Amino acid sequence: MLSKMKTTAAAAAVASAFAVPASAELTGDLTIFLDTSNPAPRATMEAMIGRFGEKHPGLNIETTVIDREAYKTQIRNFLTADAPDVATWYAANRMRPYVEAGLFEDVSDLYAEPAMAEGLASTKGALTIDDKQWGVAYTYYQWGVYYRKDIFAELGLSEPTTWEEEKANCGKIVASGRACYTIGTKYLWTAGGWFDYLNMRTNGFDFHMDLAAGKVSWEDDRVKQTFMNWKELIDMGGFIADHQTYSWQEALPFMVKGEAAAYLMGNFAVAPLREAGLTDDQLDFYQFVKINPDVALSEDAPTDTFHIPANAKNKEAAREFLRFATSAEEQTIINNGKNLGQLPVNAGSSVDDDKFLQQGFKMLSTNSTGGVAQFWDRDAPAEMAKVSMEGFQEFMVKPDQLDKILSKLERARGRIYK
Amino acid sequence: MFPKPIEKQSAGAQFAYKSLLPVALLFWLAPLLAVALFSIKPDADFTAGNYWGVPSSFEGFTNYGQVFFNSDMPQYLLNSFMITIPTVIGAVALSSMTGFALGVYKFRSNIWIFFLFVAGNFVPFQILMVPVRDLTLSLGLYDTKAGLVLFHIAFQTGFCTLFMRNFIRALPYELIEAARVEGVSEIRIFWYVVLPLMKPALAALSVLIFTFIWNDYFWAIVLTQGPDSQPVTAGITSFNAQFRAAYHMMSAGSIVAALPPVAMFFLMQKHFIAGLTLGAVK
Amino acid sequence: MTVASDIPETESWFHKNQQKIAPWLFLAPGILFFAVYVIIPIFQSFNLSLYEWDGLGKAEYVGFSNYEQLYWEYVDRDAFFISLKNNVIWLFMYLLAIPAGLFIALFLNQTVRGIRIYKSLFFFPFVISQVVVGLVFSWFYNPSFGLLNTMLDWVNLGPVNVLGDENLVTYGIIIAGLWPQTAYCMILYLTGLNAVDPEQIEAGRLDGAKGVRMLWHIILPQLRPATFIAFVVTIIGALRSFDLVSIMTEGGPFGSSRVLAYYMFEVALSEYGFRMGYGAAIAVVLFMIMMCFIAYFLWSMYREEKGH
Repeated sequence: MLSKMKTTAAAAAVASAFAVPASAELTGDLTIFLDTSNPAPRATMEAMIGRFGEKHPGLNIETTVIDREAYKTQIRNFLTADAPDVATWYAANRMRPYVEAGLFEDVSDLYAEPAMAEGLASTKGALTIDDKQWGVAYTYYQWGVYYRKDIFAELGLSEPTTWEEEKANCGKIVASGRACYTIGTKYLWTAGGWFDYLNMRTNGFDFHMDLAAGKVSWEDDRVKQTFMNWKELIDMGGFIADHQTYSWQEALPFMVKGEAAAYLMGNFAVAPLREAGLTDDQLDFYQFVKINPDVALSEDAPTDTFHIPANAKNKEAAREFLRFATSAEEQTIINNGKNLGQLPVNAGSSVDDDKFLQQGFKMLSTNSTGGVAQFWDRDAPAEMAKVSMEGFQEFMVKPDQLDKILSKLERARGRIYK
Repeated sequence: MFPKPIEKQSAGAQFAYKSLLPVALLFWLAPLLAVALFSIKPDADFTAGNYWGVPSSFEGFTNYGQVFFNSDMPQYLLNSFMITIPTVIGAVALSSMTGFALGVYKFRSNIWIFFLFVAGNFVPFQILMVPVRDLTLSLGLYDTKAGLVLFHIAFQTGFCTLFMRNFIRALPYELIEAARVEGVSEIRIFWYVVLPLMKPALAALSVLIFTFIWNDYFWAIVLTQGPDSQPVTAGITSFNAQFRAAYHMMSAGSIVAALPPVAMFFLMQKHFIAGLTLGAVK
Repeated sequence: MTVASDIPETESWFHKNQQKIAPWLFLAPGILFFAVYVIIPIFQSFNLSLYEWDGLGKAEYVGFSNYEQLYWEYVDRDAFFISLKNNVIWLFMYLLAIPAGLFIALFLNQTVRGIRIYKSLFFFPFVISQVVVGLVFSWFYNPSFGLLNTMLDWVNLGPVNVLGDENLVTYGIIIAGLWPQTAYCMILYLTGLNAVDPEQIEAGRLDGAKGVRMLWHIILPQLRPATFIAFVVTIIGALRSFDLVSIMTEGGPFGSSRVLAYYMFEVALSEYGFRMGYGAAIAVVLFMIMMCFIAYFLWSMYREEKGH
């Protein structure tokens, strides 16, 4: 999905002929590469860029939208060969290779500006490597358990808060001939979400991050405990069969048809579930339950980001664009329910009325005291993420192979973190 | 003829054979027929779990209309043509010259150069992947059709040379000798004597290369990205990402993507088979 | 009469030597292209396999450590071992295309009405891109609605999740690959059968040979050239198996359907792959395996050339 949209300077100039130029007049070309290829996000971003263009009529903006999956492999080509001025990407370790290769611009100066320092404090950490900031967040979203309220009602279940309740609920759901959770692990990362939650709930946020950073052995008993908890759900038949052959989208129908009662997913799953015909009376959300009562709750909230490639040609305009995209006002607009339907990164923005966004925002701002993780494949280095998620998938299919899997991951750890 | 001609056998055997043929074919093509069936079904059939039954309504026009008017498919198809046709021309042109050189002239390194082409044609793509990708990037041809075309021409030259050289070897050498005695220059011999005789080989090779290049997937994903330059084999995967779990759309898209080489095959069947039996390697 | 006459010295020199020069002129563009895009890259990959490089920054010379890691992956039965094992399975299983192709060729080698259409339709799968073949077969195997399970259900068997079972997945993909490959071998044999000498068959029939004996002693020896080509293309096809693995499983579940060609791509260029040097080392291994077969083919060709 790649298309070019030229906001011609002429049209914009007419529209804002009487507008007072904001600050110094920006001129030249501004190329923006986006991975927001799904229809709604794409329209949102293009509209935002349109508004930016109106403010800066002297700027010739060219936007290129690339398929989200393809973008992940293509970014290294265009960063080295033909860099745009602004590019979307992901926070944390996922940006590390490019930071270390010197392909992203250091934008610490933006965070030194009072408006940005105040507004973007919450996501600053995810964009920091070596005490410098390498980009800005433009949206994030919560993860959690989306479930069929009608099925819960039919079985007389209520939203669980403890591990015992979770298991008891699941037992009843299985007894009713359904699976508790749908999941499609063909592309592995969905299993990473389960591991994130189980490990953070069992061993806490700091332990989880140490594991991602290679500081803890995979054969540690605490890691094993995480998998033992997971195994309880697997052994009782909690997950749908054959999940290793489905993508996350192919796993949706199980929930829609009522063959599975819940889905541990990011908030982006709400849109397709609604489209498939589930109403808000049938669909609800709860925070992943507490497992170890001594551990503070922490959440996955993946952050999507904008970066300025080091080889960009118009860095001044690019910086202005980053300021614009993260401003309180724009953040409110692009993240509202009609647009991205996610959470704004600026503290001065307001969250949409959508019930899932409201719940998610409340959960992340008040009930995630342990910390906020990005996601397993963004927190762990690429190679470890790949090997370990393969291990998670294997474990979900063959839980008895746990020791073999963990020793494989431990060998990988010895190789990867040098 | 082997096995024993069926017309010399009993009427029962003949009947059995003739009725077995369509049944066998049906089994052989079952996976494809399934896709064809999917591609004319309405979306509702899949949600309702009616996968293999009679379509509840005929939606062929809607589905194929979507493919042609509401996706990047036409662009991908166009790219495929714009990659395949120049490659066919380039590879055939280069290899008729190399084939001529190796087929007609006797010099010491002849067989070694020939073997170099043959061996190169067999190497795994992966050993070329990183360097070719870097080369294409540094030429500024990454994500362009030209970058893909140049590589395909170069790589196909290996196989085409094998093909052309063997064909030219089989031509009557006396014709060339006679022309030389007349004092015709080598270039004219190539152009006026040998090339006209190579027409069947040129046709066979063109059809084959067309199919091979059209169906290439590996280099398409290594050297291109996005609808500006990607051929249909790579495009179908992003098409499928767009219509994930929409089987009727994916089926229709696959059929559209597969059609051109199939049409080529049925139109040029004779040449195609002549080419294959000379030892084509995909 | 050939070259412009205003520079006679050149003409006469060229004229005298043109039989020596002409082949090189004809070869030059082809060799240039081939060298730049095929020959030189092979050496570059060999070189790269001694480096550690993420494709972004500077490459770091690490000697044979990439190969050492491959060795340990082999010893620990990790991804490299699995890929290698699957490549061996591919090699042997894929060869089934040859007898299967021969069988279909014999079946279709009759002269009844419409047989030409049948032959074309049987050949059909070969013309379709492997990407489409892969899609078609992954739906065929789909555990919730695939035709395979629907058919197994009729005879009260199944369900099986072919692409989700680590012991079946490679075979499932190979069967998808055998479909077009069998069609290919079939067409080779059909053409070969056309050239079989009818007198020898008659002589055989008089000697009382029929069925399998006739096939083995009289037909197959005459089909040797077809068998040789079928063998070459099938071996190469087996070692090149990338498209199907990539489309059908991406090497999964949990890496059990990886083959070297896919593993190399995965390590170097996929979403989580940043190890160009390591990928190059895998490619070198694959290249060496392929080279054994290539050497054998060339040797056979060389003998034949000398025989002429």
